[in-house]
Amino acid sequence: MSELALAAFAAETGSHVVRAPRDRAFRVFSQRFDEAVYLAGLRKAGVGWVARSAPLFPPLLHAIHDPPPGLFVRGEARLDLLRRATVAVVGARSCSPYGAQVARMLGGELAGAGLVVVSGLARGVDGEAHRGALEVGGTTVAVLGCGIDRDYPAAHRELAARIRATGLTVSEYAPGVEPAPWRFPARNRVIAGLSAATVVVEARERSGALITADLALEEGREVFAVPGEITSALSSGTNDLLKLGASPLTASSDVLDVFGLTGPKPDSVELGSSAKAVLARLRDRPASADELARLTGLDAGTLASALTELELAGCAIAGGGVYRAN
Amino acid sequence: MGRVLARIVTHALVGLETRRVEVEAHLDSGLPGFAIVGLADRACQEAKHRVRSGIASAELEWPLRRITVNLAPAALRKEGSAFDLPIALSILAASGQIPRDSLSEHAAVAELALDGRLRPVGGMLALAEAALQAGLPRMLCAACSAPEAALAGIEPVPVRHLADAVAYLRGELDPKPWVARNGQHREAPVLDLADLRGQERARRALEIAATGGHNLLLAGPPGTGKTMLARRLPGILPPLSPAEAIEVTRIHSVAGMLAADRPLVTMRPLRSPHYSASVAALVGGGPGPTPGEVSLAHRGVLVLDEFAEFQRPALEALRQPLEDGVVSIARVGGRAVFPARFQLVAAMNLCPCGARGDPAADCKCSPQRLSAFRDKLSRALLDRFDLVVAMPRPRAAELAAPPGEASDAVRHRVAVARERLDGACAGWTKEATELLDRAVERLPLSGRGRARARRVAETIAALASESAVGAEHLSEALAYRSPTELGAP
Repeated sequence: MSELALAAFAAETGSHVVRAPRDRAFRVFSQRFDEAVYLAGLRKAGVGWVARSAPLFPPLLHAIHDPPPGLFVRGEARLDLLRRATVAVVGARSCSPYGAQVARMLGGELAGAGLVVVSGLARGVDGEAHRGALEVGGTTVAVLGCGIDRDYPAAHRELAARIRATGLTVSEYAPGVEPAPWRFPARNRVIAGLSAATVVVEARERSGALITADLALEEGREVFAVPGEITSALSSGTNDLLKLGASPLTASSDVLDVFGLTGPKPDSVELGSSAKAVLARLRDRPASADELARLTGLDAGTLASALTELELAGCAIAGGGVYRAN
Repeated sequence: MGRVLARIVTHALVGLETRRVEVEAHLDSGLPGFAIVGLADRACQEAKHRVRSGIASAELEWPLRRITVNLAPAALRKEGSAFDLPIALSILAASGQIPRDSLSEHAAVAELALDGRLRPVGGMLALAEAALQAGLPRMLCAACSAPEAALAGIEPVPVRHLADAVAYLRGELDPKPWVARNGQHREAPVLDLADLRGQERARRALEIAATGGHNLLLAGPPGTGKTMLARRLPGILPPLSPAEAIEVTRIHSVAGMLAADRPLVTMRPLRSPHYSASVAALVGGGPGPTPGEVSLAHRGVLVLDEFAEFQRPALEALRQPLEDGVVSIARVGGRAVFPARFQLVAAMNLCPCGARGDPAADCKCSPQRLSAFRDKLSRALLDRFDLVVAMPRPRAAELAAPPGEASDAVRHRVAVARERLDGACAGWTKEATELLDRAVERLPLSGRGRARARRVAETIAALASESAVGAEHLSEALAYRSPTELGAP
């Protein structure tokens, strides 16, 4: 019995199978299944396959209690990418500007320090984490909750292609498997399983990202949560995680320390006097341009110019008219 | 009595343009009857009844003969009620009740009431201009149309009743000569910027938009003053020049939108159609093409509130006028071209539920809904906005600010800066050029975004009375670029 037959059987019956079922249907299927033909078809479609029993299978994923029969992979990177130090960055799909900013920043800084950033290609935090990693030329892996040949959501088709150019998209599901809501928690176990540490950026109560965190905790992996405002529903999940004992993440170095890595030194930039004054205010709390005008006493024109200076220097980020220190 | 013919020259409107139309009345022996030929539309055919009642009410004689009125050229479709008076006069001339040669130096444009009174019609200015060009020095028209006709330079002969018109043409009545009453018309109240508290950044952007004629997009949650601000743009623009005023008046006249007590539009128009507006309502259309909102906003401001709620085809239809400054509408009968050089101010929420950008509310939009909302605004359309300002909900402290600067002071600065912009092309300092290159590298800025930032920076330099664009001007301009959350670089 091969693991590939198991994966192909799961795809054909639309079920989730990690161990060979002892029923007639599977017996009949595996007798008729021609592995060589199936593999040739995969190769033609540019899809790789690594079985659970293969030496290349990521050891971290192998260690969880219900590892998938194997992984289908697509992308330019070599398979041993998955044996490198990996960190998952996950969170809400409908994230706040704050969540998007943090996800992008973490994706960039963790990938920049040499970690492989794993996430789920979803909208919101997942997508931003992938983008952040790609921006600094890092490698990132997207774990799909559907067949390896599908790019879901469709809006992230281009992002998936960019990920594959230097990294991988992986899935436990064979080509042709449709995305379904119940597959995403299963996908989350692969994300948690692949990663030595999991960072939850923003999550509501009962968010899928919390499933990932729970699975990571069950497997004894490091879990970080990014603290958020206690009044924001989007942060209630992450704040609950913190209450339960997850490590708070306030800088990417918190994660890097676990791996014994250090991030690159931030390059210092010369800022003008108004820009400095504005940055000092922004460090207190995010503010709109008009609030900053009142707090600093600068006129609207000078302030706009100072804010652009901060944005160009990477010291501030704008979202929905509100500026935040970076 | 044999055949008798009389003729009067008038004009028909096709869009904003006019075509010469000769109204001929022919009285023939035979059974009494009345026919109008020459592609007259419904309103024009109904002239039969109005003219007949009008002539009877003026205590004139309705010729009991076979009457044929021809509107030549016969191939041109005639619409509306402006032919009532010429038709009545041509019949009266043909039946010898007024001297036939008296019609050779008079144009006549008015609708007839059943009791013989003259009613005003739309498009007087354009019709009067055409009459003057056709060599007709005087124009018979309804009394309230006279000020508008006078704008064209023709001598209006204001008459109240068909009987007065006949008496005048017979030389029995000398109507009071027309005296232009300059500056006596009432001005509409102007919305003042002083009504607006806080929102310093948006006010600044409005001033820049007024100076450079840039299109402005205001984005933010409801209740932050987006609409209030947008409606105050005309108040800080310089007044219309005399030539522009005539241009605008012509359009508003054709659309039948002139107020009787304000024949000349002197204020920059402000149009704010509702988001349910159709393509035809926005850009113009209809069988006898009438100008749409974009043309009514010519030389003024078009405010599109709830921008993202407009139908996609309506938004896309804005692209031609935004690019070319004209709308051309093709119809079977020909093409109508309406000028549409307006400044666009659009206001929208950052998401369908409106809560995005509002710290007090939680956005409940699903990602699919959010992306559908953003997809509606095509990149091409967002590219037309030089300035994009996010207006987050102000905190209490901002609302407690003293009232802002009044429109008069801002208008003065805008006028000075506009003159500077019209002058020599601004140079660029080395620092500004370097900053632009750095910005293109660091920010998501497309080629078009770069060009927009350049234009806005030049305007800001003009506002600062600088001869060259400095780094501080460019960096301010960059602060008004499209935010990434609207899906445009």
